[in-house]
Amino acid sequence: MNARFEYLLRLGDDALILGQQLGFWTGHGPVLEEDIALTNIGLDQIGQARAWLTLAGKTEETGRDEDHLAFFRDQSEFRNALLCERPNGHFGDTITRQFLFDAYAVALHAGLSTSLDPEIAAIARKSAKESAYHLRHSRAWMVRLGDGTEESRRKIQASVNDLMPYVGDLFHSDDVTREAVSAGWGTDPASLRHPWESTVAEALAEAGLDRPGPGPEQTGGREGKHTEQLSFLLAEMQVLPRTYPDASW
Amino acid sequence: MWNQRIFEVLMEMDLLQRFEAYVASEKKIEPKDWMPDAYRRTLVRQISQHAHSEVVGMLPEGNWISRAPSLKRKAILMAKVQDEAGHGLYLYSACETLGVRRDDTIRDLHSGKAKYSSIFNYPTLNWADIGAIGWLVDGAAIMNQVPICKCSYGPYARAMVRVCKEESFHQRQGFQIMMTMAGGTAEQKAMAQDALNRWWWPSIMMFGPPDQDSPNSAQSMAWNIKRFSNDELRQKFIDLTVPQADLIGLTVPDADLKWNAETGHYEHGPIDWDEFKRVVAGHGPCNKERLEARRKAWDDGAWVRDAARAHAEKRASRKSDSNTAAA
Ligand SMILES: [Fe+2]
Ligand SMILES: [Fe+2]
Repeated sequence: MNARFEYLLRLGDDALILGQQLGFWTGHGPVLEEDIALTNIGLDQIGQARAWLTLAGKTEETGRDEDHLAFFRDQSEFRNALLCERPNGHFGDTITRQFLFDAYAVALHAGLSTSLDPEIAAIARKSAKESAYHLRHSRAWMVRLGDGTEESRRKIQASVNDLMPYVGDLFHSDDVTREAVSAGWGTDPASLRHPWESTVAEALAEAGLDRPGPGPEQTGGREGKHTEQLSFLLAEMQVLPRTYPDASW
Repeated sequence: MWNQRIFEVLMEMDLLQRFEAYVASEKKIEPKDWMPDAYRRTLVRQISQHAHSEVVGMLPEGNWISRAPSLKRKAILMAKVQDEAGHGLYLYSACETLGVRRDDTIRDLHSGKAKYSSIFNYPTLNWADIGAIGWLVDGAAIMNQVPICKCSYGPYARAMVRVCKEESFHQRQGFQIMMTMAGGTAEQKAMAQDALNRWWWPSIMMFGPPDQDSPNSAQSMAWNIKRFSNDELRQKFIDLTVPQADLIGLTVPDADLKWNAETGHYEHGPIDWDEFKRVVAGHGPCNKERLEARRKAWDDGAWVRDAARAHAEKRASRKSDSNTAAA
């Protein structure tokens, strides 16, 4: 197993699946400003996905590029965290999914910025600026929706309760991450849990929302064990390259 | 009493004359300046229609973001559609300078009272449609909008300067998609030709009815809201676009199209204005879907907007409470 390849796929797939999902908001947001913001965040995620997947392809040395990895893998070959593939739902669901992820991404990108691998560090430093902005945006909405009306509080609390069981993959450690840490080019996901917890707890407190107590978690994304939603998402995303494999676009 | 009324009318006439002279000298009207009611109404109608077109126009292209055939194309398309949302924002703001609230303008769109460009009532059926929209629809929009950069109403003119800068990127990315597909596999070339066949006529209808059937045009030209006639702009667009189609090996779907060396222009076949009227009247292939999508986004987002408003009010009152406490 090529640990560096596996590790980079995880980074790339998280960003790709989130970017793909955020793209559905373009033209359908609650206010025009949010169409712009969510598209912008989606665009950053796609940009990060391209950088990580390109690097993954180079690492693998079998000639697969970003598009090959994005469009010609099946769902069981995807390594994204289950959180990223949860459906868009309503605006509050999307915001909560993004917030839980952004809180992780900020810690992740900070950690990877000091990677001994200059290519990983460079992508991480660029991504860190983006994830800081994403977190500001999603956190502000958590507070607005938590503090806003009775209805918004009820809805966003339900989103938090629904999504919290899916965060486990983000902090999943295994042989891949252990090699990443010992070789000095990756971070230990387990070490990100503490900063993530404090970011989340602070924001939920400010929003007047309850932090659901620790409960059973749904995990498996890092090993390619996904939820039902992913296959549909990929079928749509991959339709053109799969239908016309000889074409370039 | 009637003396007073006559005095007012004379004042208005004087103002109107001064207004028209001012506009004729290429000076800009700003929001606080006096303007005839009809001028204000014309602008509100035109700018809000334009804003709605940007926003509704996000839908046919947004339709393909999830299926863009490469990550690079996906990123470019997202950036492009995001720009259109930005254009909508600038234009709603320009409209607000004329005293019309954005929410009210949007309500008029949803009730069917306000119109938007009828080009967006056509479906996007294959990936080349995204190319055709950028190339033809954004291309036609540029033709229409560049003159507005010099229109007499300052906020509209300035919004258009920002918009036009982005439109040329839109057109280029569209043409690139078409060029790639026209030079690609047989299936890709067929998709490109199919897209051109479906988008050509609606695109040249984007310049509006022929001059003899465009009653409001003369007044708008006198007020420097409009600078070229519909037919002039249409001709310019055709003259520019036909050679581009030739260059990439696609055929413009007009059997009567021919170059006239004497006039230096292309002559085109008859335009089906009945189709145009049908689509404007709400009976195009996607009028219903487009409006429903906009209404749904607005209705589904109501609780979010309410929450944002409630939160802002609570924050403001908490702030003023703490200020009082501090004092
Ligand atoms: Fe635009
Ligand atoms: Fe455009």
